[in-house]
Amino acid sequence: MSIDSILFYLFAVIILGSAIMTITRRNVVHSAIWLIGALVGVAGLYLLQGAEFLAGVQIIVYIGGITVLFLFVIMLVPVREEALTHRFSSQKWIAVFCSVVVLVILMAFVVHGGGSLEFPTREAPLEPGSLTKNSEEVGYVLFSEYLLPFELASILLLVAIIGAVVMSKTRKSETES
Amino acid sequence: MEELLSSPYLPPLVATLLIIALFPLVAGYMVLAERKVLADLQVRLGPMRVGPYGALQPLADALKLMLKEDIIPSGADKWVFWMAPVLSTFTALSAFAVLPLSDKFYVADVNIGILFILAMSSIGALGLILGGWSSNSKYSLMGSLRAAAQMVSYEVPLGFATVTGIMCAGTLSMQGIIQAQYERGVWGAFDNYLLMLIPTVLFIIAGTAETNRAPFDLPEAESEIVAGFHTEYSGFRFALYFLAEYAAIFVISGICVTLFFGGWLRPFPNVGFLETPLNVGLPVVLFAAIALACIKGATRQIITGFKLGMFGLAGAALLLAALFAVPVINPLIVGLFWFLAKVAVLVYMFIWYRGTFPRFRYDQLMDVGWKWLIPMSLGGLIVNSIAQMLARS
Repeated sequence: MSIDSILFYLFAVIILGSAIMTITRRNVVHSAIWLIGALVGVAGLYLLQGAEFLAGVQIIVYIGGITVLFLFVIMLVPVREEALTHRFSSQKWIAVFCSVVVLVILMAFVVHGGGSLEFPTREAPLEPGSLTKNSEEVGYVLFSEYLLPFELASILLLVAIIGAVVMSKTRKSETES
Repeated sequence: MEELLSSPYLPPLVATLLIIALFPLVAGYMVLAERKVLADLQVRLGPMRVGPYGALQPLADALKLMLKEDIIPSGADKWVFWMAPVLSTFTALSAFAVLPLSDKFYVADVNIGILFILAMSSIGALGLILGGWSSNSKYSLMGSLRAAAQMVSYEVPLGFATVTGIMCAGTLSMQGIIQAQYERGVWGAFDNYLLMLIPTVLFIIAGTAETNRAPFDLPEAESEIVAGFHTEYSGFRFALYFLAEYAAIFVISGICVTLFFGGWLRPFPNVGFLETPLNVGLPVVLFAAIALACIKGATRQIITGFKLGMFGLAGAALLLAALFAVPVINPLIVGLFWFLAKVAVLVYMFIWYRGTFPRFRYDQLMDVGWKWLIPMSLGGLIVNSIAQMLARS
């Protein structure tokens, strides 16, 4: 096994294990902590693919921003007892059906592409500086080829920010009156 | 053995081990320096009992913290309580991996260097939040809520100031940023017709807040919430939190030096005739002056052991001065000297703020962050990009 495949399966185990722990923990904060594990694993996979910019941004945005906000909200909002006891909904059979379908599809992939489970070994270790300038590349593509989607996403975010400000403003005036 | 010595992984490994082994000692002496400087600002003497002029105080403190009973509160979430300080220390020390300590001595020069440090510092915030939550104490929870709000708010201006610096240098690699400053012939702080001073000042302010230092030390405000997020911690875990805090201060100062103050470059790196006076003369004179001060201090000591200790320190300083005078060794260590000297100035300033400014109130903290720092850092980014465009065209 090459080091790439070892790392891939290591990250895969981290992601899947943490994801299972995330949905099965009774304590919400523990769930959030396991979610961090899954997100770190995904960052590791990005790194393995040579997308180090994406890996860095994944950690900054998802762990530094979103998970911190999750924890912030969890600590502020008291969790009701019944929400903790009834964790799994009654749609059990639909879930089982969906899982079986996904399993069959995945098994088909595994059976047909058995050879691709192992990464090819690299002949020589990468020279320092031989990697393409990943972050610069992302910037060029984003601002040339995908300028329109980029700007649309910016406008969407702007609208969301204004909406959040408006909503918090109205609530404040209601409590004052 | 031959293969091992020529392995490309050997220098980073050695550098990593050196940093991990030495940094706790450095952090201990940063604490001593802080206590001494604060004492001086408040016209006191500071620690004087352990060793000559209190020079062995960090070792005594470290020993005390290691031997102390490690108490876990009965209502605490043990697993998270155990993990939180480890997470803080781990992330703070990992950030050293991309810090360009000198042109020869660094662990790795990756092309997302600065992103990596920002990522590590954002994970470090989790250590504070989880530590406070898992203690199951209201003071700790208050502290960790404050830490979360503060870090999320001040990460934004810190990020914008960093982006401005990166834009000026044109690369994310830490060594590349220093190289760019050498090629442009000016420190980042004074680039773009002094317009870069805006992000420099904002970076220092936001960095102070990001490391939870006074006047932004609300997460551990001792006069309001005992000790904030680490109220319930004792013994070695408490020491880990302190180690993480001082590592974070060192790393933030290190990024600031790299982005805005030329990293390991000497001042005026492009002025040729200053090479010898600054690279050889200044360190030699500095360390010789330290040796003289140590000898003068030794004559005032009454206990023979302390007297010998001070003479020993003087000898070490003289040895360093002699090393900088040797032409073969000088180029190897002078980069490290400049980097550490600049970091030391910034760390001194951090201590100075603590001795000078009163703590912010919570609403003032949020006002400063959202209403002043973020718009100003955005403005700084726009102004600097326009200046850069005009200079290029």
